[in-house]
Amino acid sequence: MAASFGVSSAAVALADHAVKSSAFPLPSLTVIRSEARPISGRVNRSRKAGKISTHAVAAQTENPASAASKPGHEVLLFEALREGLEEEMERDPRVCIFGEDVGHYGGSYKVSKGLADKYGDLRVLDTPIAENSFTGMAVGAAMTGLRPVVEGMNMGFLLLAFNQISDNCGMLHYTSGGQFTIPTVIRGPGGVGRQLGAEHSQRLESYFQSIPGIQMVACSTPYNAKGLMKAAIRSENPVVLFEHVLLYNLKERIPDEEYVVSLEEAEMVRPGEHVTILTYSRMRYHVMQAAKTLVNKGYDPEVIDIRSLKPFDLYTIGNSVKKTHKVLIVEECMRTGGIGASLTAAINENFNDYLDAPIVCLSSQDVPTPYAGTLEEWTVVQPAQIVTAVEHLCR
Amino acid sequence: MYIHKRRSNKEIIGGSITKRRKIDGRNQNEHCEATENRVACYRVLDDHGYPIAGTTFDQVDEETAVRMYKSMASLEIMDSIFYEAQRQGRVSFYLTSTGEEGISVATAAALSPHDIILPQYREAGILLWRGFTIQDFANQCFGNEDDHGKGRQMPVHYGSNHLNFFTVSSPIATQLPQAAGVAYSLKMDGKDACAVAFTGDGATSEGDFHAAMNFAAVMEAPVLFICRNNGWAISTPISQQFRSDGVVVKGQAYGIRSIRVDGNDALAVYNAIRAAREMVVREQKPVLVEALTYRVGHHSTSDDSTKYRSLKEIEEWRRSRNPVTRFRKWVESKCWWSDEEEAQLRGTLRKQVLKAIQIAEKIKKPCLEDLFSDVYEQVPSNLRQQEKSLRQTINKHPQDFPSDVPLH
Repeated sequence: MAASFGVSSAAVALADHAVKSSAFPLPSLTVIRSEARPISGRVNRSRKAGKISTHAVAAQTENPASAASKPGHEVLLFEALREGLEEEMERDPRVCIFGEDVGHYGGSYKVSKGLADKYGDLRVLDTPIAENSFTGMAVGAAMTGLRPVVEGMNMGFLLLAFNQISDNCGMLHYTSGGQFTIPTVIRGPGGVGRQLGAEHSQRLESYFQSIPGIQMVACSTPYNAKGLMKAAIRSENPVVLFEHVLLYNLKERIPDEEYVVSLEEAEMVRPGEHVTILTYSRMRYHVMQAAKTLVNKGYDPEVIDIRSLKPFDLYTIGNSVKKTHKVLIVEECMRTGGIGASLTAAINENFNDYLDAPIVCLSSQDVPTPYAGTLEEWTVVQPAQIVTAVEHLCR
Repeated sequence: MYIHKRRSNKEIIGGSITKRRKIDGRNQNEHCEATENRVACYRVLDDHGYPIAGTTFDQVDEETAVRMYKSMASLEIMDSIFYEAQRQGRVSFYLTSTGEEGISVATAAALSPHDIILPQYREAGILLWRGFTIQDFANQCFGNEDDHGKGRQMPVHYGSNHLNFFTVSSPIATQLPQAAGVAYSLKMDGKDACAVAFTGDGATSEGDFHAAMNFAAVMEAPVLFICRNNGWAISTPISQQFRSDGVVVKGQAYGIRSIRVDGNDALAVYNAIRAAREMVVREQKPVLVEALTYRVGHHSTSDDSTKYRSLKEIEEWRRSRNPVTRFRKWVESKCWWSDEEEAQLRGTLRKQVLKAIQIAEKIKKPCLEDLFSDVYEQVPSNLRQQEKSLRQTINKHPQDFPSDVPLH
């Protein structure tokens, strides 16, 4: 499977890309590029500012009459993930799911609900509580031809699986001289939630980003969640898919027809001229909330959801930097050693000449997430801070 | 939860359990420390290579027996020469199977070539049996361009996809949960094969060992766990590794059928593995085989075991409990092997190994491109960038760059 890994050039013919990315021929596969312009005349997904709130509650249900007349169907993010999983399991009998309580319980956030009934206990496997072991099991199964999807009940628990992810998932393709491939997907809910406690509020993308051999993506909308899930399953590389605990109930209308989203591309959320704001996962919504305020104050921020955490889509990011000359990174990782830190270094190295000001990176503080609600709220970046940062950057 | 106080057997979680009247500190069941009542060990040949009266075993035919012996002797010779080569500085690292040749070879002979092996690192005998050539071994140790692993792993970390031998990964016991995954895959495909995972005594302390056994039992996965209990984990003797009666009882604790076998008795190992494998594949359930043996060699070339154990102990095992000699005595007693053939084997093999080393030394290393390939399925842009940057540096300072790594 020739799923290309790397920054794609603008000249790539999308039809070709669609064909290359599938091992089995598929009818009219839609691949969405970063400009978020639909390719095959789908429904326009312009985002109305304010429709998604920072509290990540499901958006208001539309008027049933008008909902019925629009193309596509409405789903919550966890349902979109499930759709993606189900479609891939239907399409390829080698796809299977491992994890704790993923079977009849349907998964801690219901992502695999109903799949055990449909595909049986063997393909949707409930494992004993041993993260390093079921991740290792997935590695062994992948080396023997299956395509496992491993669920960490919470991403934080996958710290127990670090050895298998780093030394085996990430390395065995290389150390075996290319003899064995490890097409696994490792996914689960992570990020800072609402009073889940320090151990359940981990941002594992910080810790995993150094591991050579894996890819990392973070979904943020039902649309990209489904697309990324499908793309991750089809990829021959091990992919870690980061979901966020607070985003599972986001509602969106997604296409009925099949689509896959590129694993290596960022998503243009709001084009603008004054400043490039780079973000991902839940912070996207804090940024968009801040953007509403900023627009009212006369600023024109360009918001990009980087989506691909490893590798960075430096093509899209670079084009934006060349246009605005100012960068603000808003992340949920901690200040030290997070995605923001790496992104800052990457942009500085590659686009230094285009920057009018030093890159500003807003991150969570270097503290374990406290349980108390108000304290927890202030460990992560809030829209007010984003507004202040932009105002300062755009002086 | 209200529990009825009735005297009869009662269904509780896990099934019916007989009740007892009191706690008795002297009762055997409370004391689990290894005492006189240890699990018995299956053995066929005595120390002199004669079948012990009253044992049940399947004979191996002449062809298999001779092939087994030749493989064991080849492994012994190959190990000693590669070890010397490391001492001379020609190979950077090596790890021998000295004293444990019986286990790997007899196991390989008893399995089907479709059974997938997940090795620890002392199972080169299996590769030898399945057709890995001496040159293949040498190429991997020298990390040259003919190495199947493209020079990326340290010596003795062999891997061969087409011989169904997973690439060795250094951390201990990580292959055990992977074996459960392999078995799961075989079970899904309904194949007539099983996963065979090797471990040492030290590895049974790792969490992965316990979880893997538990997984395999719960999921009824066709895994054959083989533990080479050779008494030492580098400098840690088994008395400091665990306090149970070896490893065989641990299998029982997870609900896995387990057997203990004399690992230095190749015929016993062959029989035990044959029976175990059949059980695993037919019933789709895991089995644990504990093979008792002794690590005659040092842990690796980075170790000097005389620092923590007596020479006397090592020599005793090397001379009077050697699995290769023991099996040889049996094969000779059947008139299937002679001194002449022995001398000839040793002579030719020695020359073959030395030649393979000479050739491997001269073959060039994998080219620079292979530093960056296979990290992902296709080389990504950031790695291409890094390769470009490296090449620029080499162009500026060619004299500082190793001469045996081709640029293209």
